[in-house]
Amino acid sequence: MNKILAREQLNSDTVLLDVEAPLIARKALPGQFIIFRVDQEGERVPLTIAGTDPQKGSVRIIFQTVGKSTLRLGDLKVGDRIENFVGPLGKASELDEYAGKRVAVIGGGLGMAIAYPQAAYLHQIGAQVDVIAGFRNKDLIILEEEMKAVSSRFHLTTDDGSSGRKGFVTTVLQELIDEGARFDLVLAIGPLVMMRAVANLTRPYGLKTIVSMNTIMVDGTGMCGCCRLTVGCDVKFSCVDGPDFDGHEVDFEEAIRRSKAYLEQEAHDYREEQELHRCRLTGEVRHG
Amino acid sequence: MADYKINMKLEKTPMPEQEPQVRNRNYLEVALGYTPEMALEEATRCLQCKHQPCVGGCPVNVQIPDFINLIVQGNFEGAYQTIIETNSLPAVCGRVCPQENQCELVCVRGIKGQPVGIGRLERFAADWHFANVSAAPEKPASNGHKVAVVGSGPAGLACAGDLARLGYQVTIFESLHLAGGVLMYGIPEFRLPKSLVQTEIQQLRELGVEIECDRVIGKVLTLDELLDQEGFEAVFVGTGAGLPTFMGITGENLNQVYSANEFLTRANLMQAWRWPEYATPISLGKRVAVIGGGNVAMDAARTSKRLGAEEVYIIYRRSEAELPARHEEVEHAMEEGIIFHFLANPVEIEGNPDGWVTGIRCVKMELGQPDESGRRRPVPLPDSDFSIPLDTVIVAIGQSPNPLLRDTTPDLACESWGGVIVDQESLATSKAGVWAGGDAVTGAATVILAMGAGKTAAQSIDRAIQEKNS
Repeated sequence: MNKILAREQLNSDTVLLDVEAPLIARKALPGQFIIFRVDQEGERVPLTIAGTDPQKGSVRIIFQTVGKSTLRLGDLKVGDRIENFVGPLGKASELDEYAGKRVAVIGGGLGMAIAYPQAAYLHQIGAQVDVIAGFRNKDLIILEEEMKAVSSRFHLTTDDGSSGRKGFVTTVLQELIDEGARFDLVLAIGPLVMMRAVANLTRPYGLKTIVSMNTIMVDGTGMCGCCRLTVGCDVKFSCVDGPDFDGHEVDFEEAIRRSKAYLEQEAHDYREEQELHRCRLTGEVRHG
Repeated sequence: MADYKINMKLEKTPMPEQEPQVRNRNYLEVALGYTPEMALEEATRCLQCKHQPCVGGCPVNVQIPDFINLIVQGNFEGAYQTIIETNSLPAVCGRVCPQENQCELVCVRGIKGQPVGIGRLERFAADWHFANVSAAPEKPASNGHKVAVVGSGPAGLACAGDLARLGYQVTIFESLHLAGGVLMYGIPEFRLPKSLVQTEIQQLRELGVEIECDRVIGKVLTLDELLDQEGFEAVFVGTGAGLPTFMGITGENLNQVYSANEFLTRANLMQAWRWPEYATPISLGKRVAVIGGGNVAMDAARTSKRLGAEEVYIIYRRSEAELPARHEEVEHAMEEGIIFHFLANPVEIEGNPDGWVTGIRCVKMELGQPDESGRRRPVPLPDSDFSIPLDTVIVAIGQSPNPLLRDTTPDLACESWGGVIVDQESLATSKAGVWAGGDAVTGAATVILAMGAGKTAAQSIDRAIQEKNS
């Protein structure tokens, strides 16, 4: 059982929690993830770690309330406890070789939360960091100030142009490349289609591109193979071999198909849970 | 010799079971256990042989004639206490041990007729205890030494139990959210009720064993940290064989292709059969094929049936005679309507453009010369392809040791296939202060062999700590 130390609503459906987990806080590195189970009936859900405070013994997670478990997690208050919280899992991002180099860190939507610790780490070791942050609209923007603080250049885009540049993260990346920016690494974190678009853009330039694969998982320790994906000629397990992979080698078409394996059940659960969520907020009794 | 009248019936006293066509629609236990009358009838089949071959046939040397004698006397609690002197998990072992290859294989009654139903009697004694006795076991006096156990499966539990009885302060680190390892995630409820596993684990907690779940050793703490910073004088590694093997054929990453590990973990540990009450879903369809012929394959097939699949196939590349599963499991599967395709080997899993399974293409096999395992090697027959339309494929062709711990412990010597290398006698590893046993060393085997290894390691660890401190 892990206590919630702080909670912040970042936008209409994005929540930040600082969770008491001193052992994990001591060990976690950028790129690693935790698995939580919100209650005894809960599923095991992976979330990439958005930051740690080893002194306070806390681990930061940022998530969208888009499913049954995340809705329930989002409804917890400071002082409440999460049933299970295990980590750090997965391999840490390999960033040390980029000290003094130029790196584009690209975050799409919630991916920004995961990209932040990487950008901060790169900034800290003396890399030149271009952050390219993409959101659907201005209401969904998160971590803008934090990102500005750890980047040499900060580029904001929204799909509808309601803030920053109108367009996608790839629009900005293409422009930067066209203007002659020479990146040693591109880190792309966000929805699968965004990461695929970034990888497709950088491939012809031979520009090394690392993506973070947020696959469906059960145990998160290499036992079940649910998170498997094709990388080059090999089948890899995202939980133990990743979550970072070479974006030019990942079979995104397969990953996108596999991400839809439980769409039907997820939709069912979400509908049910939204109703319960509404009742929890309004104190109304649920019928039926 | 026995001081009771021997029951000379050639066959075991039958154990009541749920009817196949009823049980393949529910998750309740298949075998219902003996009544005291049945237990008495079966117990009196034991000859009380002086040379006790059964005890030698048991990897943890349960004092079998002694506990059977106590059952005959009506002292069921005494029988339980006798068993747990050497076996921490009798209710588990009475259900899932392959007795036919161990104690019962060497039973003298088996020379003419069936051996004594030792497993059934062990189960009876344990079940009687849990139904009638609520007293917790007495906590032994602490000897002040701390030992860590990595993994709470059968090997770790046996090791922890034996060390705790000797007065050690034992902490088990478990990566999942519940203790029990394969007993919780692998073996289905209808063969081994999960509440019973937790009851037996609770007995170990009463002995003073601490269990920390959600701790992935190698990640959150390394073996070196356990030994150098956390104050443990020894570590036992019982991390099991959790890495699933896939076939490496086309279509294996289609949706609704599961490793048996994933499928069983969803169904057992995560209770997906109770979705949506429990949040973890499992997606199955109407026609399911399980690849493989071991106990895990039988478990996956029988679970599929219970989850509502209409047709469930086992596809196995050798013939019925070579099936590695326990005979009892195969028989149960057949009774429950599982359809067996023997001498068939999958070559491709077929799918639709959206990425879902639509079928499996196999070749027919025949048996050639024996291979290194002594079993006849299956050889494909030319032009014998055939397809079976399907919604789901479950790959149950084996598991190997999980690489997570060895990846983060470079000085822990391992075989190329992943098994931890140990001294066969003491189960000491290449790393000072670390012992290992069970599937992590042998590759996938049985609950009781893992427990036997856990016991052996407990003795070695005790000896080593005693020597160091004398």
